Order: sequence, then C-alpha cells, then structure tokens
Amino acid sequence: MAAATGPARWHRNLSAKIAAIPMIMTALVVFIGGTAWTVLYSFTSSKLLPKEKFVGFAQYERLWSSSKWLISIENLAIYGAFSLIFSLLIGFVLAALLDQKIRFEDTFRTLLLYPFALSFIVTGLAWQWILNPDFGIQQVVRNLGWENFSFDPLYNPDIVIYGILIAGLWQGTGLIMCLMLAGLRGIDEDIWKAAKIDGIPMWKTYIFIIIPMMRGIFITAIVLIASGIIKVYDLVVAQTGGGPGIASEVPAKYVYDAMFLSQNLGQGFAASTMMLLTVIVIVVPWAYLEFGGKRRG
Amino acid sequence: MKALRVVFAASTALCAATAAQATDLEVTHWWTSGGEAAAVAEFAKAFDATGNKWVDGAIAGSGGTARPIMISRITGGDPMAATQFNHGRQAEELVEAGLMRDLTDIAEEGNWKEIVFPSSLLDSCTLDGRIYCVPVNIHSPQWLWLNNSAFEDNGLAVPTNWEEFVAAAPKLQEAGIVPLAMGQQPWQTTLAFQTLLTALAGPETYTKVFGDKDAELAAGPELTKVFQAAATARDLAKDSNVQAWNDATNLVITGKAGGQIMGDWAQGEFQVADQVAGKDYTCLPGLGVNEVIQTGGDAFYFPKVGDEAITKAQGELAKVMISPETQVAFNLKKGSLPVRGDVDLSAANDCMRKGLDILAKGNIIPGTDQLMSADSNQQVNDLFVEFFNNPEMSAEDAQAQFASIISSAD
Repeated sequence: MAAATGPARWHRNLSAKIAAIPMIMTALVVFIGGTAWTVLYSFTSSKLLPKEKFVGFAQYERLWSSSKWLISIENLAIYGAFSLIFSLLIGFVLAALLDQKIRFEDTFRTLLLYPFALSFIVTGLAWQWILNPDFGIQQVVRNLGWENFSFDPLYNPDIVIYGILIAGLWQGTGLIMCLMLAGLRGIDEDIWKAAKIDGIPMWKTYIFIIIPMMRGIFITAIVLIASGIIKVYDLVVAQTGGGPGIASEVPAKYVYDAMFLSQNLGQGFAASTMMLLTVIVIVVPWAYLEFGGKRRG
Repeated sequence: MKALRVVFAASTALCAATAAQATDLEVTHWWTSGGEAAAVAEFAKAFDATGNKWVDGAIAGSGGTARPIMISRITGGDPMAATQFNHGRQAEELVEAGLMRDLTDIAEEGNWKEIVFPSSLLDSCTLDGRIYCVPVNIHSPQWLWLNNSAFEDNGLAVPTNWEEFVAAAPKLQEAGIVPLAMGQQPWQTTLAFQTLLTALAGPETYTKVFGDKDAELAAGPELTKVFQAAATARDLAKDSNVQAWNDATNLVITGKAGGQIMGDWAQGEFQVADQVAGKDYTCLPGLGVNEVIQTGGDAFYFPKVGDEAITKAQGELAKVMISPETQVAFNLKKGSLPVRGDVDLSAANDCMRKGLDILAKGNIIPGTDQLMSADSNQQVNDLFVEFFNNPEMSAEDAQAQFASIISSAD
C-alpha cells in the first residue's frame, strides 16, 4: 500500500514516528519477544534456570494430567462467566438507577466507586475477615438469634470460588457502573422524549434502544472485565491462598507456583502458554468479526 | 547504587589498614516465629562479636514464600551476603550455575569433614567434591507433640504411640478438644504423611519410596496402611482451622488440641511458652513406633559477591556458625540438634536428649529435600494438601496419584 502512494509518505509526521519508536521497540522486544521466548522454553525441561534441553510436549502432557491445573481452569471458567455477567448486569442496573436524576448522586457514585481504589490484596484480606465464620457475617447473624445460620464459603471447597467472586464483584462493579453512567449520559435527551411520545415502556427503551446505542461502552467494559478475569491472582492469594486444599487455585497462581515454588520453569511456561492460547482463541475470531468485516464493507 | 557500594567497599578496605574491619552482612532466612527469632538472635550476637555486623533479612511466611524471593534476588544479580536454605537439592541449580561461593578452603581449614556428624549433612552441601554450604542444625520432622494435661484431665493416660493416640481421640472430642492440630500450609500436610509413613511402614520403605522412587511399593499394601492412617489423621484434625504451624502448636500448648505432628522446631515454641518437657508436654519421636531422625535441616549458602570485604566477612560468618559455642547456643533455643557430635549439650532438655540418643544410635534417614527435586516435592505437597482438605478424596485415589507422582519423580 505504501508503494502506491509513493515514498513521500514516509516523511510525513516524521517527528511523531520517531517519538513512537521507543514504544514500538518495547512492544516488539518485551511483549512479542518475551512471549516467543516463553513459548520456546515451554518445550524444554528447564528447572530453576532456563536451559535449552528440548523435551517436546512433555510439559504440556504433565500440565493436562495435573488435577491442580484442571481445578484452576474450572475455577477460572466459573469465576469468569459469573464475573462477566454480574459485573455488566449490576453495573448497568446501578448506573440506570443513578441516572434517574436522584438526590445525592455524587455521594452514591463515590461510595460505589470507592472499592475500586483498593488493591486486590486489601480487598481479599477484608473479605477474608468478613467471610470468616468466627468473626464475620456468620457470627453476626448467629448473634442476632439465628443459631444455626451457616455461611462460610471460604472454608467449603465446593463453593469457595463464589466467595472469591463476591469480593471480585464488590471491587470491580463500581468502575463498570461509572462507565455505564458515562454512556447513559451520552445518550441524547431527545431519544428519551421520542420514546415517551411513542408510549414505549421504560424497560423496553433501555433494552431495545439505549443498550444497542451503548455498544462501544459495553465493548470497553467487557475488555476491562475480561483482562481482570484472566489475571486474577492476588485476590486468591490474599483471600484463601488457593485453599482449602487446592479448591480455589487459578491458572495465574499455578504459573507462579510452578516457576518459583517447584523451581520448574518449563512447567510454568507451558501453563502460561496455555493461558495465552485461550486468550487468542477467544480474541482472534472476535477481532476478525469486529475489525475485519468493516474493512471489506 | 553499585558505584556507591564500590566506594563504600574501598573506604572499608582503607579503614582496614588502621582499624578492625567492620562489614555489614545481609543474611536472609525465614525464621520468624518466637522460638526461631530467639535462636537466630544467637547467630547475630556471635557474629557481631567478631566486629562485623549482622543485618537481619527475615522473610515472613515460611520457606515456600521466602525461597522464591531469595532465588530471584540471587539470579537477578542482587545477591544477599548469606542465605538460609534447607540443604539438599533446593539450591542445587544455583550452585551448578556458579552463583554460590565455594567454601572448600574454609571447610578444610576448619576440618569440617571430621567434625560434622552425621557426615551425610556435609554430603548434602557437596557438589563434585566441593563444599558450598554450612549445615547449622539437624531438624527431624518425625515427632508427635502432646499436651499432657489435655489427656490427664480427661482421665486418660498420655499416649506412648500413635495407636494409643488414635484410641484416646474420641474422649478428647467429647471434652471439646481437637485431637490433632494441623496447620494447612502444604508442607505441613506432607510432613504429617511422611511421618506416618516412616513410623508405620518403617524407614526402609521410606528410603525405597522417596530415594529409589519405587512406584510399585508406593502402590502396594504397605502404603495402603499408611494412607488409611492418613485418612484417620485427616478425620482427627477436621476441626483444626489454623494455617501456620506455630498457630497449630499454640493450640496444643493452650490445651485446645491434644497433639500435633510437627518437626522438632515446635519445641522452640514450647520453650518460649515456659513449658517443661516431660511434665507439661510429651514428645514422641517417630510417633513412638519407629524412632528415627531425619537428617534434613537448615544450611547457609553464600552467594558470590564481587566485593572483597564482604567475601572475607562471609568466611568469618561460616566459621562462627559452625563453632561449638554458637552451635550449642543456637540449637538450644531452636530445639534442633547440633551438626557436630563433639559439643557439650548438658543443658539439653528431655526431648532433645531423646533426639541425641537416636542420633548416637545411628537411626537416621535422609530428608526428602535430599532425595527428590523441589519439583517432585511440590507435586507431593499439592497432593497432600488436597487430600487433607477434601474429605471426599478417598485413600485409594490419593495412593494411586501418589504412585504416579513417584513413578515420574526425579
């Protein structure tokens, strides 16, 4: 394409192009280069230090026969699905409620966004205490008279991931709400007026008119939530440490444990390559539909 | 930063000509519980007495948290002057990569080959005939710690072995006492299993399974017995909801729990709480069945640093750590056994004497850190933390998984 427009194009915005060089180099060397290096070494038997001793797919075979990894994947799937649905749902509903020209809107907005200012470590610790059966919710309700009340998700291997989900939602939905609120404010008043004149009920206006108009905001929100899901690690470490047993392990923690606890870099690289692959499998078709289609059209 | 350090080093070198040398050495370790901190203070005191300065770099949260930090500092080019590891294979690759200082000359000068007993401790520090670490203590995990009054107050005799302990458990439960305290950090659950294995199946089985990686034996009836005992232990410990080992030991000290399977480092906690061995608490090495001592333990490694003053001080620290006086002072506080047989331990208490006796008889087995790579050990850890936390996982399933880990272990 460059050839068709002639070499003069190269000199256009030269200073901007020079200024972008550090960023381009960083992207190429650190991101692409580092990724390629990781994938390459995932085929080696590297232990504590990287070594070029290639073993084919042995690390991957071990990965997929490890129950810790399978539990990690399952947990990520549960956490991911619920986190995506509930973040969007709660975020949107809160934003729609705040958009009703209520009093003290600023106060509510600040309150709801506040958890986002906390790190995952603090969030995790706070919720570890809140969900602790001896000090937290369970004890409070029991003291109120319901002696047999039992709510201890962090100590029950079957539902521990939901305990983590609660903390994750508490921390993350505030931001989604703010994004949604910004989106709602961007909708022209006239649209609402037109819908009112046509006698369309409010919920129908939201679902069939407003939400489709907020497509861009939704995509931004989904990207933010999804990247948060993939990298969930510190929340688990702070809240449960992967326990009870290995019931709340997640892939990012598996990678860390393999690389630094087990001193098995090869295994850690294999696991992180699988994480990358999952992301690619989801993102590439979506990006193709989103951007590839437009170019042809 | 580096330039600054060179300037400092140069100025210390200049001062050395006129005054005694004083070098700061940063020493990292994961000794943070009450008893452990008291013990490490003995090292600091002895080292400061040589005119140098011990800069304490304690990392909280057990070896599992500390080791990655230490390793990344060493491989990342910011080494501390000395660091703790469990000697064995944890630091093997760091030594192979030439990141650790060779201590052979100091060892030969101090005649370590003669004084270190049992000699397997020094073997674990040796790679291709060169010595890379100073063993400082012997820690054996195979102990059962019991609170005497928890049993006596409920009309029970203090158990003398594992079977009696299991038999006494229902009565303790009736009295609202958790029979077995157990922290849920992965290494603790593995420790409990290994102890049951050594005690109930015998030291030969232990060496064959972890040393020779005999997967057939690991799947066999000997081990089935051990896995069933582990399931019993899981049952006895189901009400113990603590994480750290010293919290679990504290349950025993305060009488909220009857006993705990833990290494002899638990003794340091009993001492800090002013408990008397034999009177307030009882210790049963090898669960009272097979009395053996595992010769694992702690050792200090000295990463290579390009600074002469520090290198010299490293040598002095190594000498201090293995000197008879420091060995006695440190190990009495730590509750561990000294690495040399020629020191006077008249101040040792009941439990340490039991340990010394077993050591003198030569009933020793190597530690798993010495037999298996960190990777295989971690796989075993993962299995047991799952097993001890998931009551639905059957002993048969766990044994099958264990056998498959052993068959591929290195």
